[in-house]
Amino acid sequence: MTPASLERTRTAVQGIVREEWGRVLASLVGQLRDFALAEDVLQDAVVAALGHWPGDGVPAEPRAWLLLTARRKAIDRLRRDANFQAKSAELAVLRELDRQAGQDDVDETIADQRLRLIFTCCHPALAEAARVALTLRTLGGLATEEIARAFLVPEPTMAQRLTRAKRKIKAAGIPYQVPEPALWAERLGSVLAVIYLIFNEGYAATAGESPTRGALCREAIRLGRILVQLVPAEPEAAGLLALMLLHDSRRLARSDAQGDLITLEQQDRALWDRDLIAAGDRLLKGALARGSPGPYQIQAAISALHAQAPSIAATDWREITLLYGELHALQPSPVVRLNGAVALSFAEGAEAALPVLAELAVEGALVRYQPFHAAQADTLRRAGRKAAAAKAYRQALALTRNAAERRFLEGRLGDLLG
Amino acid sequence: MKYMCLIYGEETKHPQAGTPEMAELMQGYMAFTKDIRENNVMVAGDPLEPVATATTVRLRGGKSETTDGPFAETKEQLGGYYILDCKDLDEALAYAARIPTAAFGSVEVRPIMVFD
Repeated sequence: MTPASLERTRTAVQGIVREEWGRVLASLVGQLRDFALAEDVLQDAVVAALGHWPGDGVPAEPRAWLLLTARRKAIDRLRRDANFQAKSAELAVLRELDRQAGQDDVDETIADQRLRLIFTCCHPALAEAARVALTLRTLGGLATEEIARAFLVPEPTMAQRLTRAKRKIKAAGIPYQVPEPALWAERLGSVLAVIYLIFNEGYAATAGESPTRGALCREAIRLGRILVQLVPAEPEAAGLLALMLLHDSRRLARSDAQGDLITLEQQDRALWDRDLIAAGDRLLKGALARGSPGPYQIQAAISALHAQAPSIAATDWREITLLYGELHALQPSPVVRLNGAVALSFAEGAEAALPVLAELAVEGALVRYQPFHAAQADTLRRAGRKAAAAKAYRQALALTRNAAERRFLEGRLGDLLG
Repeated sequence: MKYMCLIYGEETKHPQAGTPEMAELMQGYMAFTKDIRENNVMVAGDPLEPVATATTVRLRGGKSETTDGPFAETKEQLGGYYILDCKDLDEALAYAARIPTAAFGSVEVRPIMVFD
């Protein structure tokens, strides 16, 4: 084989490995009951695959190959283990599995196993940052180095975070199971929150933009799809996936050539991805039909109304105002009230929103939140209160780190004074 | 696995002996203890005397240093414990949430180390 074709095969192998990682790891954790061991032996199997497949060709069932190879590696490791006696029960189970190995046990149990793995990785007994990292590593199959880069932390820090999380799973006895009905709502909420955190980390155009951030959005969407397959009766899971697709449809429109953020008002709507919008709409309709709305479905519904509108002026702001009200009833927060006030200012005129904005200013929770000052400035400007608007624009500018946003606000302030 | 549930509450806000609140709390503890005994989960459990009775000792440079008071002054004080034998953390957390003090204090759940 020529070096070039060898390289191509190697890339193909890496792609397959990445696609199968979560499924195979979930099966291994289920059989070995040891998170760290499962990951180590899968890594061994991957090394073997990268050695064999480029020369021998990719096996017909790469998933089965990886699982069987990893299982044998586990048998080897357990045999070498100093606590051989203590581990002999696991070893017997593994040998039996290896003896009767067939395609059946590879395919049949996997869906259920991955669901368990998600719940384990997102267990509230783990720190939030650890849940996010562990989910990306174990279900997403991202390398530690990739996760570190995406979260802008040094690789050893990320490696330590993952090691600590795995150690806690084992030492604290965090179960590898789908939670009981009494815990279901809390635990599913944690899973959804982790996936949405991953998405937002990729979506937020904060300082320190890096090309791996788009990969985080794609990964969150992939995890969202897996979750919807695993819990099809949960409308909030579908709501979250719809929300991510609808947000992601604006990817091309929401930053300029320098990578600076462009606000919804300024975006070229022709750049919005219609296929993603249609897919998000379909999912959302299916979820809402179950008659059990929740925060993700409501946020997706708001995003869908923006996606349908040909312009800011032709947006159904009345409906959006109502939806923010519902969202606030379920999940009260000053940011939700701010967004509701902005919607109200477009639905009923800028004057109508000023009392809410004044209340928020007095409460002070948003005093360091740039979008609050930008929204206040814009609403005051539209209400014709020039002096107050100029003051708010200056406050917004003092908190703006993004160059496109700065140009936009300076332009508005200039028009006001000119 | 065995888990230690460390029960923390503010001593100054704790119900006083002889009050109806204290009677209710005691009944809660008795019912909980009866339940975990019947479910074969209970390994041990005791209330502790207030932190005013605590003494802390450290050995430094071969010499023991004894001080009055707990290891650390905190808003909530360790007031008692249970050791429970559960199948996993979720089961231990479910029991810990039913310890009466969890309703107004905090319960820390720690696995007991196993040497193998």
